[in-house]
Amino acid sequence: MLRFLLRRLLVALLVALAVSSISFSLAYLSGDPAIAIAGSGGSAQDAELVRQLYGFDRPIFVQYADWIFQALQGNLGTSYYFSMPVSQIIGERIPVTLILGTASFAVALLVALPLGILAALKPNGLLDRIALLIAVSGQAVPSFWLGLILIVIFGVWLNLVPISGADSWSGFILPVVVLSYYALPALMRLMRASMIDVLQANYVRTARSKGLGMPTVILRHALRNAVLPLVSVAAVQLGILLSGSIVIESVFALNGLGRLAWESLLRSDLAVVQGIILILSLVYVMLTTLADLINAWLDPRIREA
Amino acid sequence: MTTLNTPIAAITAISTEAAPRRPHWIKRCRQNSILIGGGILLLMTLVALCAPLLSSYDPTLQNLDARYSLPFWMEGTDPAHLLGTDHLGRDYLSRLIYGARISLGIGFSVVLVAALIGTSLGLLAGYFGGKVDMLISFLITTRLSLPIVLVALAAVALRGASLTTLVTVLGLLVWDQFAIVARSGTLAIRHQEYIRAARATGASHLRIMLREILPNLRSTLIVIATLEMANVILLESALSFLGLGVRPPTPSWGLMIAEGRDSILFDAWLIALPGGMLCLLVLAVNLFGDGLRDLTGTEVKR
Repeated sequence: MLRFLLRRLLVALLVALAVSSISFSLAYLSGDPAIAIAGSGGSAQDAELVRQLYGFDRPIFVQYADWIFQALQGNLGTSYYFSMPVSQIIGERIPVTLILGTASFAVALLVALPLGILAALKPNGLLDRIALLIAVSGQAVPSFWLGLILIVIFGVWLNLVPISGADSWSGFILPVVVLSYYALPALMRLMRASMIDVLQANYVRTARSKGLGMPTVILRHALRNAVLPLVSVAAVQLGILLSGSIVIESVFALNGLGRLAWESLLRSDLAVVQGIILILSLVYVMLTTLADLINAWLDPRIREA
Repeated sequence: MTTLNTPIAAITAISTEAAPRRPHWIKRCRQNSILIGGGILLLMTLVALCAPLLSSYDPTLQNLDARYSLPFWMEGTDPAHLLGTDHLGRDYLSRLIYGARISLGIGFSVVLVAALIGTSLGLLAGYFGGKVDMLISFLITTRLSLPIVLVALAAVALRGASLTTLVTVLGLLVWDQFAIVARSGTLAIRHQEYIRAARATGASHLRIMLREILPNLRSTLIVIATLEMANVILLESALSFLGLGVRPPTPSWGLMIAEGRDSILFDAWLIALPGGMLCLLVLAVNLFGDGLRDLTGTEVKR
């Protein structure tokens, strides 16, 4: 187990390093980051000033090493638009994204698990087909469009919820509905498939032939094994919800990380964008690593391998 | 799917999703999903190809005298514009028709780029194994860790939005599923007799990968390509919606939704129509892909 743990952590560390170098080098995609920051209206002198101010005149490896070293100490640079430390701006915006992401994740799980299990009990039954319909439509509807349509119906026509912003908790209802609907299909389909697999296993037949009732068999025997493959997918989905809320945040005018990233891109505030990409990637790496460790803890076969 | 990136575990789950015993009518249902999905897809492709013949207006032609003309099901419509006009007086039907070109064109070209990158990497990883495999698996994990929408937005914003940039950036970001599937597929067959036989006859590594292994992966890769295309279409619409994808005045459905957003209170149909088209297209591609998956899945088992 210790070897598995160490090896997994080493991989996570390497991936984190690779991800950090990618978000660092994003600044160089435009050719010269100084010109990107100075803007199209900036003169050559402006660009030169920016170059010296931000240290773009140093060798690229020195810049990267410096950036990483500072990032490790929690310093992600300075936003040129706000003239504030990037970490402070991100810290102010992160709660909205966290609430939105975790609430949507919780709702998605609460619907997906029971629905997936029930659908698996009677494949091709009525409930299974309803579940399939939900999954198929959830995969086809663009989330930003669904958000706008819901705003029109519930915000404008029925006037039930505020149409933008998150001054009160009710501003979170529609965004959470849209985001959880987006995460639902993958979780539910996997739960269903995994449950169908498990229900055909010998130990389930044994439990049934001992005379145990179906609810007991499902809850005590089948479910435990059926959720195993779900752990890693759930971690991935949570990561996607946290980073994928960018479109939803802009539709509902929520001041989270995604909206900050989008606005910063439009005003070429590169340091903020780099910081957000780094943070979101690291969160994803942490979540998937955690999921692997949980899986190894739940299922001894994985850590032996 | 449209989870913007599907994890490794979900891919393995896809293959186990096919239940072993199925009643006869289910099989017919699968064929129906191929027929319906494929039918809609074919129709949309034809519409996209014949766009100049079908639309009576230039999709970018502005006519400020005829702004906000209403679609045919509302009162007071202009018969010259069947689906009304937008805030610049452009014919909405023509824009919707040309929008199909953008969605399908970008979807198809991105998938082509991604399939080329992903399949090559997957083949190399599975065939050579060892250190090559470690390196490529590491690349896949790194790619999966990146927030794809954000990186795509940043790359397009910094490189300047053009169709070529958009296709390149998205292609460089969505190859992961092809790599995962090609790698595991290659791993599963690389020790088979016929591979060793080919090796013994002196075939080169490249020849074995392309002539012996690749044909075996064909059906799986086609399924992945279909499902990824649905993904890419949604991704493009989201980027265009955020103003960092297809540039105006090119008619992209995502962009049309963004443009209709300002008049959402009074003219909700302006966003309902392009969104409906997106749903229909993605649904069709997904149905087609799901049907193909089940069909090829069962064929493999037999």
